[in-house]
Amino acid sequence: MASAVVLLAIVLAVLLGPLVWRVPINEIDFAAQLAGPSWAHPLGTDDLGQDILARLLYGGRISIAVGLCAMLVAAVVGVLVGAIAGMSRGSVDVVLMWLADLFLSLPQLPLLLLIIYLFRDALTNVFGSQGGIFVMVVAVIGGLRWMQVARLVRAQILSIREKEFIEAARALGASKIRQVVRHILPNAMGPVIVAGTIDVANAIIAESTLSFLGLGFPPDIPTWGRVLFDAKDTLDVAPHWALFSGAAIFLTVLSINFIGDGLRDALDPRRVL
Amino acid sequence: MADTLLDIRDLKTWFATDDGMVRAVDGIDLHIDRSETVGVVGESGCGKTVTARSILKLIDMPPGRFEGGQILWQGRDLLPLGAAEMDKIRAREIAIVFQEPMTSLNPVYTVGAQIAEVLREHEKLTRRQAIDRAAEMLSLVNIPNAKARVHDYPHQFSGGMRQRVMIALALSCRPKLLIADEPTTALDVTIQAQILELMQEMKERFGMAIMLITHAMGVVAETCQRVTVMYAGKVVEEAPVDALFGNPRHPYTQGLIRSIPRVDRAATHKERLEAIPGTVPSLVDPPPGCRFARRCRFASDVCRQAMPPLKQVGPGHFVRCVL
Repeated sequence: MASAVVLLAIVLAVLLGPLVWRVPINEIDFAAQLAGPSWAHPLGTDDLGQDILARLLYGGRISIAVGLCAMLVAAVVGVLVGAIAGMSRGSVDVVLMWLADLFLSLPQLPLLLLIIYLFRDALTNVFGSQGGIFVMVVAVIGGLRWMQVARLVRAQILSIREKEFIEAARALGASKIRQVVRHILPNAMGPVIVAGTIDVANAIIAESTLSFLGLGFPPDIPTWGRVLFDAKDTLDVAPHWALFSGAAIFLTVLSINFIGDGLRDALDPRRVL
Repeated sequence: MADTLLDIRDLKTWFATDDGMVRAVDGIDLHIDRSETVGVVGESGCGKTVTARSILKLIDMPPGRFEGGQILWQGRDLLPLGAAEMDKIRAREIAIVFQEPMTSLNPVYTVGAQIAEVLREHEKLTRRQAIDRAAEMLSLVNIPNAKARVHDYPHQFSGGMRQRVMIALALSCRPKLLIADEPTTALDVTIQAQILELMQEMKERFGMAIMLITHAMGVVAETCQRVTVMYAGKVVEEAPVDALFGNPRHPYTQGLIRSIPRVDRAATHKERLEAIPGTVPSLVDPPPGCRFARRCRFASDVCRQAMPPLKQVGPGHFVRCVL
């Protein structure tokens, strides 16, 4: 519960904060370089005198949006692959699960770096510089996280498809697609929702990692990871800079993880059925 | 044979297992006329349920497969039909009620939504109309306060009530044949009587035929007009209900009838209830000859050499026995 409140507060702050805290994110003020927290700058300023609160509020939108979108990509691909594998069984199932194992065994970070080097320019041309990076980061993070969801969904389908009510639905003339969409998947969603929430947290961290390595969004867009990356050089003289950006990531991820745990307990099939 | 609805001819449903081919249903003939209640009895594992599932083609293939025969539904063979065509027959023409009311409803939908789904699948109805029809169906199967209970989830119903919901579900599209696969086995005795009564009532109302699968001879005596006795994947006796109970010809049928506890006798004579010795033989590569021979006290060499044919011994009374 507490984590839900924290997360809600963060999301609201990120959504509404820039409307209330009207300090521009890129107003350079060399008079206030690396200043600690004060009334004018509650979270202090960075090496260019930019207001960290404003930057974190703005960057949070991107970080959380990336997290949610990447999770959606992972969940949609995962459910699709898992459902096809679980329902078809036989050779299709085997091939799809090999594919999932293959993706699972890939070292993710080097692969991410490679993909970004290869496709950054092409996507930037299509979607514009911000949009292109956003699409790429979401696709890359989501595209490397569907396997767990797929295996989860497949396992659920394999057990649920043998339940009596599925046979009853079949006996009452439900086609195969209808059985899956209307009867099996709704019963399989509990674990998927849990995995999904935890994926949001993972995706936020992955985005932060990319930005921290200087590979995600361009420097003028202050995502949380980017802010943390910029802060690392002045850790000794301006620890507040890294602390606050790190805390934003930490609190969001932690609260999402707790929510995921809570959902797992609440949706535990042994307690529902 | 006036107005035959369902005519099963020499149906063979076999299952490929690691131990060999299991001949679960091995050449059975069965017919059901319009508005008739036919009982199918036999002990566990004799092929009753496989027969029922074969009719609706609910057998998993593989491992199951139809080795031969025909299932004629109003003269049309169901065996070659594809999935889409079977979906049109299911629920609208033939519906089934399973043994397990506790798990045969989807836990994540309200019962109303589940009945409505079937209605909308087979008839062009709006969501509102379908829910109203669902409520109608629920009150028809004597669920009190049906208007409110359509919005309840399956776990809010008791076992007997869920079986009523299952019957409502099965009858929602007015099928011509209702297959009831041991509909009362999982329920306690008073509820069993209510459910049987309800099925009788529904039958009179909708004029459908019922194929009642059970191992309870008492249930058969009470509800059926005609009875088919199955043993080890074969029909061993088929007769009108009075002839079957009055003059059972097959030793297996006689055994079944003798194993019914009698209220009028048990009190005075302290006699043991008679059981049929032994168990159902393995259906993997069964030996030639009568399958009941090993448990039959009248068995002779003739019985073990060849399967006796089904012979007529009275009007509508057939028996597969040399006696």
